[in-house]
Amino acid sequence: MSKNSFLSKKNKMLLSDPLDDNNPITVQVLGICSALAITVQLKPAVVMALSVLVVLSVANVVVSLMRKMIPSRIRIIVFLVVIATLVILVDQVLKAFVYDVSKELSVFVGLIITNCIICGRLEAFAMANPPGKAFLDGLGNSFGYGIILIIVAFFRELLGAGTLFGYPVLEKLGVYDLGYENNGMMILPPMALVTVGVLIWWQRARNEKLIENE
Amino acid sequence: MKLFKNILESVKPHFIKGGKLEKMYPAYDAFETFLFVPDHTTHSGSHIRDAVDLKRTMAFVVIALLPCIIFGMWNIGDQYFKAISESSDFMKNFIFGFWKFLPLLIVSYAVGLSVEFAFAISRGHSVNEGYLVTGMLIPLIMPVDVPLWMLAISVVFAVVIGKEVFGGTGMNILNPALTARAFLFFAYPSYMSGDKVWVHGAGIDGYSGETILGALAANTTSWANLQWSFNDALMGFVPGSLGETSFIAILIGALILILSGVGSSRIILSTFIGGYLTALLFNLWGVNVLMSTPAHIHLLIGGFAFGAVFMTTDPVTATQTNKGKIIYGLLVGFFAIVIRVFNPAYPEGMMLAILLMNVFAPLIDHYIVGANIKKRLKRVKV
Repeated sequence: MSKNSFLSKKNKMLLSDPLDDNNPITVQVLGICSALAITVQLKPAVVMALSVLVVLSVANVVVSLMRKMIPSRIRIIVFLVVIATLVILVDQVLKAFVYDVSKELSVFVGLIITNCIICGRLEAFAMANPPGKAFLDGLGNSFGYGIILIIVAFFRELLGAGTLFGYPVLEKLGVYDLGYENNGMMILPPMALVTVGVLIWWQRARNEKLIENE
Repeated sequence: MKLFKNILESVKPHFIKGGKLEKMYPAYDAFETFLFVPDHTTHSGSHIRDAVDLKRTMAFVVIALLPCIIFGMWNIGDQYFKAISESSDFMKNFIFGFWKFLPLLIVSYAVGLSVEFAFAISRGHSVNEGYLVTGMLIPLIMPVDVPLWMLAISVVFAVVIGKEVFGGTGMNILNPALTARAFLFFAYPSYMSGDKVWVHGAGIDGYSGETILGALAANTTSWANLQWSFNDALMGFVPGSLGETSFIAILIGALILILSGVGSSRIILSTFIGGYLTALLFNLWGVNVLMSTPAHIHLLIGGFAFGAVFMTTDPVTATQTNKGKIIYGLLVGFFAIVIRVFNPAYPEGMMLAILLMNVFAPLIDHYIVGANIKKRLKRVKV
C-alpha cells in the first residue's frame, strides 16, 4: 500500500462511519453499560471518552501488529492482556494527574477492559487489517463512542444539575428566578437509557440507511 | 350541531386528497369524528361497524370520572378553607376548587393534544382518541399546587416516551397518565410528596396538609389515633390529590364503568380483593404502623381505589384474557400493599404497582393463551 493512500476515501470511511451509520452505541448497541453509568456529568464523560480513545486505538495497533503471530485459539486471552495492560496505564495516569475525576469514575475505568466495543473492534477489525487502518478504525470507533457519551452527559448535566463542566450555567442565566427546578430524574440511570433511546430514534428518523426493510 | 356540521362540510374540500391542506387531514378527521358519528364503511369482508367506537368508549370513562371531579373540586376548597381556618359554604368551596382544577386541566389537554396532533400529522394517521381520558386523569392524580410547567413537561414525557415511541394509542406498554405522574414523582419529589403539597395553603400557620397515607408512613401514630375517622376516609374529606380522596365517588365511577361494559369488573374486583387479602396478611405480622392498619382502611386511603378503578382497567395496558385479568388485578393489589408497607419512602405503592404489572401484562396473557392452546390440543389427541 502506498503512503498517499493513507487518507484515501476508504480510509476516511473508517473514521466517519462509526460516527453515524455504524455508531458503536446507537447502532451496534455496544458499551451501553458505561454510557449509562458515567454520563451524569460532562467531565467524567469526556475523560472516559479519552481513556477509551487511547485504549482502543493503541490496542488496535498492537493487536494488528501481532495479528499473524496470535494463535486463533487463544486470541481472546491475548486481547485481554493487551487491553488490561493499557487500561492499567490509563488508570495510573488518571490517578496521577486528575485524581478527583479518577475517583468519580472509580470502577468504570477498570471496566473498560470489559467494554464490548474494544474487544469487538480487535476481533472484527484489528485481526484482519494492517496497523495503519486499525489505528484509524480505533480512532473512528472511539469518536463514535465518545460523541454519544458527551451528548448524553451534556443533556443530563444541564437538565439534572443545571451545570456544564461544573459551571452553573442555568444559575447565571437566571432561570431559577423564573421558578425553574432541576430535574432529579435526569440524574437517575433510567433517564440515560431514555436519552440514548431518543438519540437512536432521532438518528434512525434522519438516516434512511438504518431503516430495515422487511 | 347543525352549525358545526356546516362548518365541517364547508372546509372539507381543503383537507381531502388534492386539497390545499391535504397534510392536515388527520386534524380535520379528529374534529369530524369527535363531533359526529363517522360515515366510514368497511370495503371488504362482512363487518358490522358499531356506533360505539373508541371515542365514545373514552367518553364513558370521562362520564365515570365526573363524580370524582366534582367531589374533588369541592374537597380542594374545603381543605383550603380549613387550612386557613376560614368558614365557607358549599359553593365557595366548589368555586375555589374549580379555579384550582381548571388550569391543570387546560394545560394537560392543550399540551397533550398538541403533541398528539403533531404526531398524527407527521405520521399521517388519524388522531388517537386515547388522550381524552389520559388528559382528564392526569390533573386528577396530581397535587393541587403542582407548577404548571412541570405538569406540561410530564405530559410531553408521558405522551412521547410513554406512548408515541411505541406507536401511539393501543400500542403503549405503560399507562400514560401514570407515566406522567411517575416522571414528576422522580424528577421533582419535593413537589409530589410530603405534607405541604396536597392542600393549597398548607404550611401557613403550622397547618399540616399531610395525607392519611403520609401520616401512617411516618410510623408514629396508628390509624386509631389519627384525626380522621372511617367516615372521613370513605367520603373523602381528607387531603390528597383531586380525584383520589373519595371512595364513594370512585365507587359510583366504578359502577358506571362496569354497567356500561367499558371497565372490566374482573380487574376492579380482583384488585380490591388482592389488596385486601395482602393487607390482612400483613396485619398478622404487624411490625410497623402501616402493616397493622386494618385491611379495609388500606383500600380507602391513598390512591388505591382510584388506581384500581380507573388505572388498572385501561384496556390497552391491562391483560386481555379473562383469567389474565384476575391474575393481573390480584397482583396489582398485592404489590401496591407490599410497596406501601415495606417502603416508607414511596408510600404510594399503587402507582408503582400498576406500572410494574403493566409491564408484565403481555407475559401473563402469553402464558394464559399458551395454556389454553395446550389444553385444547390434548382434547384433539384423545
